[in-house]
Amino acid sequence: MTAQAERTRPPQAGTASQMAIADCDIHHSPRQFTMLYPYLEPRWREHLDLFWQRPRQGNYSGPQYPKSQPDASRRDAWPPEGGRPGSSLDFMRTHHLDANNIALGILAMIRPHPGGFQNLDLSAALCRAINDWQVAEWTQPEPRLKASIVVPYEDAAASVAEIERWAGSPGMVQVLLLSRTVEPLGNRRYWPIYEAAAAAGLPIGIHAFGNGGQPTSSTGWSSFYIEDMVGHAQSCQSMVTSMVVEGVFARFPSLRVVLIEAGFAWLPPLAWRLDRNWRRLRAETPHLTRLPSDYIRDHIWLTTQPMEEPDPAEHLRDTIEWIGWDRLLFATDYPHWDYDSPQTAMPLRLTPQQRDAFFIGNARSLYAPGEIGRAEPQDTAQP
Amino acid sequence: MTAFAPIDCDIHPSIPGLVALLPHMEEHWREIVQLRGIDELNSISYPARSPLTARPDWRPKTGKPAATLEQIQRECLDPFGSALAICHCLYGVQLLFSEDMAAAFARAVNNWVAKELLDREPRLRASIVVPTQNVELAVDEIERCARDPRFVQVLLLASGDQPLGKRVYWPIYAAAERHRLAIGIHAGSNYHNPPTASGWPTYYTEDYTAQAQAFQTQLTSLICEGVFNRYPELMVVLLESGWTWLPAHLWRLTKYWRGLRMEIPWVDRAPSDIVRSNVRLSLQPTDGPPDSAGLQRVIEHLQSDELLLFSTDYPHWQFEGTNALPPGLPQSLVRKIMVDNPRATYARLLEPVQ
Repeated sequence: MTAQAERTRPPQAGTASQMAIADCDIHHSPRQFTMLYPYLEPRWREHLDLFWQRPRQGNYSGPQYPKSQPDASRRDAWPPEGGRPGSSLDFMRTHHLDANNIALGILAMIRPHPGGFQNLDLSAALCRAINDWQVAEWTQPEPRLKASIVVPYEDAAASVAEIERWAGSPGMVQVLLLSRTVEPLGNRRYWPIYEAAAAAGLPIGIHAFGNGGQPTSSTGWSSFYIEDMVGHAQSCQSMVTSMVVEGVFARFPSLRVVLIEAGFAWLPPLAWRLDRNWRRLRAETPHLTRLPSDYIRDHIWLTTQPMEEPDPAEHLRDTIEWIGWDRLLFATDYPHWDYDSPQTAMPLRLTPQQRDAFFIGNARSLYAPGEIGRAEPQDTAQP
Repeated sequence: MTAFAPIDCDIHPSIPGLVALLPHMEEHWREIVQLRGIDELNSISYPARSPLTARPDWRPKTGKPAATLEQIQRECLDPFGSALAICHCLYGVQLLFSEDMAAAFARAVNNWVAKELLDREPRLRASIVVPTQNVELAVDEIERCARDPRFVQVLLLASGDQPLGKRVYWPIYAAAERHRLAIGIHAGSNYHNPPTASGWPTYYTEDYTAQAQAFQTQLTSLICEGVFNRYPELMVVLLESGWTWLPAHLWRLTKYWRGLRMEIPWVDRAPSDIVRSNVRLSLQPTDGPPDSAGLQRVIEHLQSDELLLFSTDYPHWQFEGTNALPPGLPQSLVRKIMVDNPRATYARLLEPVQ
């Protein structure tokens, strides 16, 4: 980064001396998987010991596309007491929450998220255990953290039961799905999940990754991890297309959806393409009564990590204006290697209103309306 | 229109029917088709009567759109004043799994195009339809058709068996580079994989929208696998892709290239630089914002005036009348889109033909 670029960047939010922020994508994990066992019926502990997890992939454990860093994590995120990055609440507090003045952190359990497992009964049992564990050991001891209800999303009825179990719990602020599923997420087989979430007043958070057993793209399997990573933009586009065109938002007008770790710059061109195609082909979808871009505008939020990096950075302003300053939720993806630092991730000069919305206001409105008092920015010299 | 005689880089003549291809097949395949009652090879990519497949004024009362030379001249070449147009025959050869049958059908399509279109209309050029089911046979077909200077490009589909950057396909790129043929990747699929990473959609609207994501996947694959390192002269043209997704895609791909170069060390230039030197995109459809000022911003994000190639996508319904250019383009860009960029992209376009 040149000196020229540094001068044009304002000091950023999120340090201990500046404004409090939200982090809408933090990844926690048990120090060892067996630490979930106290929350799991003995029958399933035995099942896991013998047969393990069986996601819809060939790798017994670990990812299909090997990561670029150990545990896909920042090298400095390994807790001093041992265990995986993200497994120590104490270390997360000092290393991340305190250091970045995070007032609201949304936990997304993806390692593992059992929703894609082949065995639906195992998936449901492990989701129940994970949800009990994360409330007991994360959100109850740490009021800054809120969790997401993991559900066995390939079994809609079991997912509904788990949503209803947690509805109204202050520690749980959304229902969590993964983005690559057995069928596209707009498909009617998933609609009971949306109905239950909407009835409970909970957003649906859809985090990139997962594996529905399909090739990672419309043209088969990629070779490289970089293709897997870049490819989430493509798979999330077709997922959004499915939800819009199948009529999920027409059917559930109060439903809110958060796309987590999907990127966001692809959304405006997708919305334009959907509008064009829907205008031409609308005889196929009589259940849609509004433009796709209207459904998108009213129902979809997106977390900001991985932050888009156009050059020149000013092009990002066009993208955010097309999406809406009220739609983006700041996230770091702590403790992963492509973590976005609150100090450097936003390259644009922001108005105070934009800065507040981007770093915390939108997240509070979505996840914690009225619950936490609004903190005033301490540095009023911001542009 | 404008003062420029454009080069239309994407038009779709129809094969009138499988019976029209029979004279262009060897006796064995003629017999097979008739014995087995092999039906048409029509893809679900363009349902025959879907509104997108043919604009109403380009849809005849009987028969297929764009099925006769007279239709193509009257509806496409003359109204736009085109100097040249490149034919992409989307007959569903790629759908087949049998390698030899696919090769026979590809040969027949290319021979039909040469005889019925290229021989009779000097403004027409074409892309070579190849049996990607077998890369050796695909290269044979490229070598055969490359002798005819009116073939200017190799036609591939946006979704196939594997991502197009994979090394199994490199002999196709070697042959194309050898003969200065461009590689044209066109919207559509052989449906050997489901249209999305989460399986099959419900609606055609989703399928057609998903084409944009397929192009993104292919661009990532071609760059990351190192096709442009190995074949630096290769020009790849993305046909009927919608193109406004490109800046956002390059931001992401370039960002992750910075962080993940250890996995693909041969990629020694930023992906955005590779695209500016080796990749082009046809104009229609333009998936733009509703305001022309917004489209200007997208064009600004491209950071190159050399990327877009004029196309009508005839007879697909992408615009009204002769308004193939989105409104509000600066005149200097118009000339580049309509003439200069296509000429620079297709080395064989300007060669003399018999």
